[in-house]
Amino acid sequence: MTHIHTSPGELDAGDGRSVAKRNGPGGNAPPAAPERRNRRENVAGYLFMSPWIAGFLFLIAGPMVFSLYLSFTEYNLFEAPRWIGLQNFTDMFADPRWRQSVEVTSWYVLIGTPIKLAAALAVAMLLAQKRWGQSFYRAAFYAPSLIGASVSAAIVWRALFSDDAIVDRTQKVFGVEVGGWIGDPSMIIYALIALTVWQFGAPMVIFLAGLKQVPRELYEAAEVDGAGPWRRFFHITLPMISPVLFFNVLLETIHSFQIFGSAYIVSNGSCGPADATLVYTCYLYEQGFVNSRMGFASAMGWLLLVAVGLVTAVLFWSQKRWVHYEEGGR
Amino acid sequence: MSLLYAAVRRRGPGALAWHLGALVILAVVLYPVVWTLGASFKPSAEIIGALDLFPADPIGDNYTRLTEGIADIPISTFFLNSAYIAVGSVVGVVLSCSLTAYAFAKVRFAGRNVMFAIMIGTLLLPYHVLIIPQYVLFQELELINTFTPLLIGKYLATDAFFVFLMVQFMRGLPKELDEAARLDGCGHLRTYWSIVMPLCRPALVTSAIFTFINAWNDFMGPLLYLNEPDKYTVSLGLKMFIDQDAVADYGGMIAMSLVALLPVLAFFVAFQRYLIDGMATSGLKG
Repeated sequence: MTHIHTSPGELDAGDGRSVAKRNGPGGNAPPAAPERRNRRENVAGYLFMSPWIAGFLFLIAGPMVFSLYLSFTEYNLFEAPRWIGLQNFTDMFADPRWRQSVEVTSWYVLIGTPIKLAAALAVAMLLAQKRWGQSFYRAAFYAPSLIGASVSAAIVWRALFSDDAIVDRTQKVFGVEVGGWIGDPSMIIYALIALTVWQFGAPMVIFLAGLKQVPRELYEAAEVDGAGPWRRFFHITLPMISPVLFFNVLLETIHSFQIFGSAYIVSNGSCGPADATLVYTCYLYEQGFVNSRMGFASAMGWLLLVAVGLVTAVLFWSQKRWVHYEEGGR
Repeated sequence: MSLLYAAVRRRGPGALAWHLGALVILAVVLYPVVWTLGASFKPSAEIIGALDLFPADPIGDNYTRLTEGIADIPISTFFLNSAYIAVGSVVGVVLSCSLTAYAFAKVRFAGRNVMFAIMIGTLLLPYHVLIIPQYVLFQELELINTFTPLLIGKYLATDAFFVFLMVQFMRGLPKELDEAARLDGCGHLRTYWSIVMPLCRPALVTSAIFTFINAWNDFMGPLLYLNEPDKYTVSLGLKMFIDQDAVADYGGMIAMSLVALLPVLAFFVAFQRYLIDGMATSGLKG
């Protein structure tokens, strides 16, 4: 009853297709029925979607437009915004501290993300071998991803990387006398990078799920052909998990651009020493909420949106070259 | 260790290398957590310098000190505020994101594909661009120093990640179920509530726990919107500790850091399978 095929013409009617199939008591369903059905579907759809639509308009799209406007103004929250054209942007490019924040953030993203993902993939490959205790290790390695972003973790990090604490003592054993990383402007960023690498568990879990889907026969065939472990890694593992790798690269990159809490707490709220942890969001926060330069901070926000958008676009564009989706696709 | 030995004997030397590797990584990963536990029983002066993980004479002072509160505010206030926000967020996300996901997965309405693309776009949107204008909005609405700015987005399905997770899950449900429901005269609301929601339990639980943990750990939101100490969350209470007397009361700060993580760790131990499986599928189907 429910799956009687209608004429090909009706099948082409896109969204109405399954409706026509279901409603048609033969090939000649009266056109009014699917239409009424469509209207009912539309009403239901928009009712269900109404929280999201309201949220999107009032908390995302509207604010984005408003922020774009603010970025061309001088605004301190109390007096009306005053249009100043491109001044915020020219000020920004001339501001050495803004350039510092771009440098710190880029360094953090460019060093931290690859190390984190490499650690995640390496450990995932270790855990992909089915062994006793595998799921315990998986859970234990994942745990830091849940607590790593908390204030507590940042406080502990500050302690571990202080003068005379464990990291300092350990490096002294190897003859490295640079002191704790927290007080050293050239080292503190690596303490932050270590904190993000510590949270390798989240991408690891995703890699692990990807690795499980690689057919074993591929490895067996390669072994028969005499391919060593490196060739198997580069010619089988990497291409087969490339969609998962792409997903991880995309999310981790975008995510690490937005670091704030860890930098704020590890530096004791100073984003220092000497602006060494002045990540982009710290500077945006400082300009907007400490100096009440809402226009300038909005301009900073928009510029970062454009930068992240470009990075995302480049990643999507590049995936044609290195991401292999299975045939029949996902 | 004897279990390890048994495993090695059964599986050969490859297994030994595997377990050694895993244990080394485990030691590095868990070190900060174990260190914190040990440090919370040390006198403040010994926390940084002493290398032993656990003190020879453990003291409970750091914990009894917490009962005095921070800056005359009992720490239970911070915990209640955090719990209120976290639980409120969970309710909002479970309801609003599942409604949205149901529409994307099960209702054929005009504009669905466009809105789905927009939703995925917001998944990648950096929140920097929203910090200032949202603050201005909530300031105009006189909602600063209330919990509303921290909660409202959860009730309006702005957490695209959870919408996405639920859409993926709902698309995987057998179509026959909701078609049968429709033939039996179920409207969308009944299908959503009585059929799809119960079947989506794993996705809902995953979203709920992640929401709780994210809200609990959130630092920037409360920092921006809450400015009276009796409204502070645990994150801000900890920050107050730092501002106040970092050197003098290192022990109290470390003890509080650990206590602040307890709800998160408890959720993790209880639900780790949901969390890890939820993460794993999000990547695969993406």
